[in-house]
Amino acid sequence: MKVVITGISGELGRMVTHRLLANGHCVLGIDRRPWPDAPRGVKMVRTDIRKRPAEDVFRSQRPEACIHLATVTHVTTGPDERYRINLGGTKMVFAYCSRYEVKQVVFVSRHTVYGAAPDVPLYRTEDEPPLAGWTFPELTDLVAADMYAVSGIWRWPDTATAVLRIVYTLGPSQRGTLANYIRGPRVPTVLGFDPLFQFLHEQDAARAIAAALEARLRGVFNVAGPSPVPLSVLCRATGRKNIPIPEPFFTRVLGRFGFPRLPPGAVGHLKYPVVVDGSAFQQAAGYSHDFDESQTMESFVYT
Amino acid sequence: MWRRLINSRVRERLKRIELPFSRYDIDPYGISRDHLGLFYTFLDGFYRYYFRVRCYGIENVPLRGRAMVVGNHSGGLPVDGGMVLASLFFEPEVPRHAHGMVEYFAQNWPFVSQWFSRVGQLPGLPEHAIRLLEDDRVLMVFPEGVRGTGKLYKDRYKLARFGTGFMRIAMRTQTPIVPLAFIGGEEALPTVFHFRKLARAVGAPYWPVPPYGIPLPLPFQCSIHYGKPMQFEGDGNESDQVISSHVEQVRNRIALLIEEGRAHRKRLLPWLDGLREATGNGTREGS
Repeated sequence: MKVVITGISGELGRMVTHRLLANGHCVLGIDRRPWPDAPRGVKMVRTDIRKRPAEDVFRSQRPEACIHLATVTHVTTGPDERYRINLGGTKMVFAYCSRYEVKQVVFVSRHTVYGAAPDVPLYRTEDEPPLAGWTFPELTDLVAADMYAVSGIWRWPDTATAVLRIVYTLGPSQRGTLANYIRGPRVPTVLGFDPLFQFLHEQDAARAIAAALEARLRGVFNVAGPSPVPLSVLCRATGRKNIPIPEPFFTRVLGRFGFPRLPPGAVGHLKYPVVVDGSAFQQAAGYSHDFDESQTMESFVYT
Repeated sequence: MWRRLINSRVRERLKRIELPFSRYDIDPYGISRDHLGLFYTFLDGFYRYYFRVRCYGIENVPLRGRAMVVGNHSGGLPVDGGMVLASLFFEPEVPRHAHGMVEYFAQNWPFVSQWFSRVGQLPGLPEHAIRLLEDDRVLMVFPEGVRGTGKLYKDRYKLARFGTGFMRIAMRTQTPIVPLAFIGGEEALPTVFHFRKLARAVGAPYWPVPPYGIPLPLPFQCSIHYGKPMQFEGDGNESDQVISSHVEQVRNRIALLIEEGRAHRKRLLPWLDGLREATGNGTREGS
């Protein structure tokens, strides 16, 4: 299958590429960032997904499938740019896909779109509405992008659209929202709260994306990994120390004393769990994770 | 360090509890074996020495598989919940861990929220109830909710209105309902009035004030009476009328268990009658 991957130069994009190549697919890539040691046979176009050369990839190459990974988070990007890339970019990618008759689109979203709150259930299914816009304002752009992609399921019935809400990823690449939060030797936590955290080895995440593509999934799916563990256990098992901080002071210490910088909205996600039920995806894609929670945490041990 | 505080009785029971703990001793709902040990050690003190709970009819609770224990909410603080959990853990042949359905407000409190989630006391959401029962767990339900614990002493042992959600969930998941009566909680913490302003300030639905001021339960002897399991056939999509009549059956069974329990206690503790006459409430007891 000829697959175009947007945001290919990110860690996840690279891992998906290797996996697809190994499975005998032909891969094209679009990214603003370079990928100097890209494997041979990967046709890279360095451009913004909203720009003319990106459309030309679809026009001239006529890919059968598209994996849309080009979204950004508050970790790297300010609000204006986030809206332009996440929402504007997603809109353009779907426009190209419908215009050039791409058969399958996989949009990679995040399980955090469900949002954390005191009165939400554990193991949320795909029926649950995403609440993160309310609980975590810095995720609103990603929620909007997710919802836009979901609307693509009925908007373009000729294209099979799969929206994957993947849990946090951890792994040797040390990239991602969770990795950014627990990177240092001391992890700030909210005193008196110890929510369950759900994560997946980054290789498993890449495998899940490839599986969704190959199974030609249509619909919204949560992609979960091994059993969730409390944040304190996550810190301990990865060789870190959690420093409980009373909530009134919590936002004030962020970005100081070697603690990570987090937006105020993140506090809710450190008090309450976001845990999703990934059984629908396992069934539809015939997927199960290779790395259990201890292997995944061991891959992120602080050294 | 804390692990040493877990008493031997609890330790022995924990070894035999049937929960799918991971190698980190965490179950899929976030229950931690260590927290569970400390929790039950704490409850054990209250269960055996403080409230000296007597438990009757524990054989009505199935040793394996799903079950819903449904009882009256008794007393200004939900001590009955803790004691019912303890009875299910200590009394049956195989220890059972029950999941309570906690009011949402408790989730906002630091430490309380953390402890509740480490010992499997999850927010009372239908999604949780269904998932836990389908996982063959025991669910502890007080269909009176805060209407029950928020009762004043003059209304003791009068069942408040029952919610109906539990019945639909029990029918949908084909779960047997084990009715129970909790006796003693109302005397342990008699509420004479509600401190509304303070309740609002801390985000609680009510703040009970007993005659002696501070809302701490007294060491009153308590008893738990489990009744025969009740099974209702259906898929949970029946009309409100059908569901309400089923709920009424459960409510009546609990009322009967309460009556029996109180009669039993009267025989055990005849001096209680004297106390009742002294407080001038003796004549209104039978209702």
